[in-house]
Amino acid sequence: MRRLSRDRIVSIALLMPAVLAIGVFVYGMIGWSLWVSLSKANDLSFDMRLNGLANYIAVFNNIRFQLDLRNTVVFTICFVGASLVIGLLLANLLDRRIRGEAFFRSLFLFPLAISFIVTGVVWKWLLTPSAGVNILFGLDQATNRWFTDPTVLHIAADSDAGRFMASIGLGGLASSEFGIPIALMSLVIAAVWQMSGFVMALYLAALRGIPDELREAARVDGASEWQLFRRVILPLLAPVTVTAVIILGHISLKIYDLQQAMTKQGPGFATDFPASYMWQTAFNDNEFAKGAAVGIVMLVLVATLIVPYLIWNRRQDVTR
Amino acid sequence: MTINKVRALGAAIAAIALATAACGGASTAPGSAGPTDAAAACAAGTTKIEVQSWWTTGGEATGLQKLFDQFNKDNPTLCAYNAAIAGGAGTAAQAVIKSRTLAGNPPDTFQVHMGHELLDTYVNISAGSVLSPLDSSIIDPSKFPAGVVSIISGSDGKVYTVPVNIHRANELWYNKKVFTDNNLTPPKTWADFKTVADALKAKNITPLALGDNGIWATGMVFETILIGELGANGFNGLWTGATKWTDPKVTDALTTLKMVLGYVNTDHSSLSWDQANQLVIDGKAGMTIMGDWANGDYVAKKFADYGWAPAPGNDGIYQALADSFPLPAKAPDQDAVKKLLTFMASQVGQDIFNPYKGSIPARIDAGQAVSGVLAYNDYQKSAMVDWKSDTVVPSMEHGAAAAPAWKSAVEAALTTFVTGGDVAATQTALVAAATAAGH
Repeated sequence: MRRLSRDRIVSIALLMPAVLAIGVFVYGMIGWSLWVSLSKANDLSFDMRLNGLANYIAVFNNIRFQLDLRNTVVFTICFVGASLVIGLLLANLLDRRIRGEAFFRSLFLFPLAISFIVTGVVWKWLLTPSAGVNILFGLDQATNRWFTDPTVLHIAADSDAGRFMASIGLGGLASSEFGIPIALMSLVIAAVWQMSGFVMALYLAALRGIPDELREAARVDGASEWQLFRRVILPLLAPVTVTAVIILGHISLKIYDLQQAMTKQGPGFATDFPASYMWQTAFNDNEFAKGAAVGIVMLVLVATLIVPYLIWNRRQDVTR
Repeated sequence: MTINKVRALGAAIAAIALATAACGGASTAPGSAGPTDAAAACAAGTTKIEVQSWWTTGGEATGLQKLFDQFNKDNPTLCAYNAAIAGGAGTAAQAVIKSRTLAGNPPDTFQVHMGHELLDTYVNISAGSVLSPLDSSIIDPSKFPAGVVSIISGSDGKVYTVPVNIHRANELWYNKKVFTDNNLTPPKTWADFKTVADALKAKNITPLALGDNGIWATGMVFETILIGELGANGFNGLWTGATKWTDPKVTDALTTLKMVLGYVNTDHSSLSWDQANQLVIDGKAGMTIMGDWANGDYVAKKFADYGWAPAPGNDGIYQALADSFPLPAKAPDQDAVKKLLTFMASQVGQDIFNPYKGSIPARIDAGQAVSGVLAYNDYQKSAMVDWKSDTVVPSMEHGAAAAPAWKSAVEAALTTFVTGGDVAATQTALVAAATAAGH
């Protein structure tokens, strides 16, 4: 066997604690959760004998979990979309090298320094129908119900669109289970308020990194400002956009603290998420195996987002 | 700056963001370790008895401390202390207690609701009980009502926990001034309720204040309606399988609940129970249906002009819930814990704790004044009279009637019912919940 050099031994020794810690506390725990999720551990006796996919079937048949998945999808799309658009807009405004740019940059970035719990409490106060913005702007409390609004926008089964969807075999989509809960938008507002400044910072750094020569060249070629933005700047921002989508997306898929502080499960589970369902199933109801199954589903959701990104990132490193 | 540098910068920011996001997630996880300062108050050389509860503030924490003070004075070698964990109306503490019990490192004793939350979590489970049964030298069953003894006993007939107090769940609270101003009397039936509610609505007063940001407040209203429809035996039968959830009276109860939900404040899903209670105090709402901890809220807020009555249709039935303290089989010092539990089950122990907690003693021979202890107030005195004469039924929402998973399934059905109002679908869901629970 080749003798290990002193450097090598030192580097392995330095790495071991981290590797062990991650191995046990991340991958070990994932493996453990996977086992629990396939077991009969649905009471405090913690029976670890395997039970097939029974827990997954039970969880997916649960109406609350179905609504949670709906909410996760709607929330992710709205939150990531709005954060990107607002962040990009703010970055472009600040990139005009306006007076007091540093002040505004800090102003927009500050919400990021606050935890979601604080954001949740503050926005709960602001959006409670009998207080906050309704009083501030003299809005009607009966119609501006914010996160207490039980309405779920969806295609009515007895509308023309609903009948059309039924005729092509998609009638099931014309129900509130595939709708957009209004109450969820209050959470979107709070989350966007917190994270759009961060997206702005990402975009601003990227904009500053685009060499002026490129803009000049485009202008010399007769491009309008819009064409310059659309054809030159925006494509160069693509890598940053991917990064932002990954970061915002994984926050969104795991969201728990904001929702707990602000709305809890909401009217008719309008603001419920898999994380809170997991907590209740495992730690209130003692159904640890079902809770673990929800956890694994969440892990898979996040992994479908993160893993392609890691692969993409690795390819970039190799080609560089 | 080259494109690669920009990428590197972006990646760096991303890395920081991921790191902070990860930290943020970790630091807000519920159930983080509770305070241990209380243990430090114990004198050196005493045997410490760790009592894990979710009572951190107010009369309940005071009451428990008074009880410990007396116990520690009587037993100079022992020191009981409250290792409280705040948060989530006890859910944070419950999670810690379960984790510790699973790990074989339970506290010496801990707070748990009497009934199925205790039995189906710790006693009647496939591994056998993780608690030790209590013999009659610790708790004498003849001193407690039969309705209580039956839900503190395991399927083997042995008693497993010491109930320290009794709260009543099926109570209607009302603002006296609002009622006299409008010549109203507390409704005795749900038909009466509709009449009273219409009169209040006509005056632009919210008839029934509801704060169900956790759905349980709605669950409690539903339970009182079920009790009214089915009577004590019929209601008990729902949880034992003797009454079917397909019963037409359950349908009627859901229809009544739908009617009642038409008379509540529109922002109910954003309020907690005490915020709803505040509406009654402010005269913005006429009534609320809540457990008798509402009484403690009125006292704390120095509001005197309130009245109480059994919820409509609930006269003569006392829907009870209680906090109790069991003996974990792996508690380090069994003898010390047994001594504490014996004191908690005694008349003196119960009469020290309950005046502060705002509840009444579970023992039928308690309810006496103890020198140096707060006196029972008018509500508590009236509740003690009812406790001795009424039929006792358990509370589902507060862990007495059903296992936690069943309760969650009922709550899930009600959550969708509150917004959807679909009686048939909700009844189907309730039937499915009972089936899943083995009935």
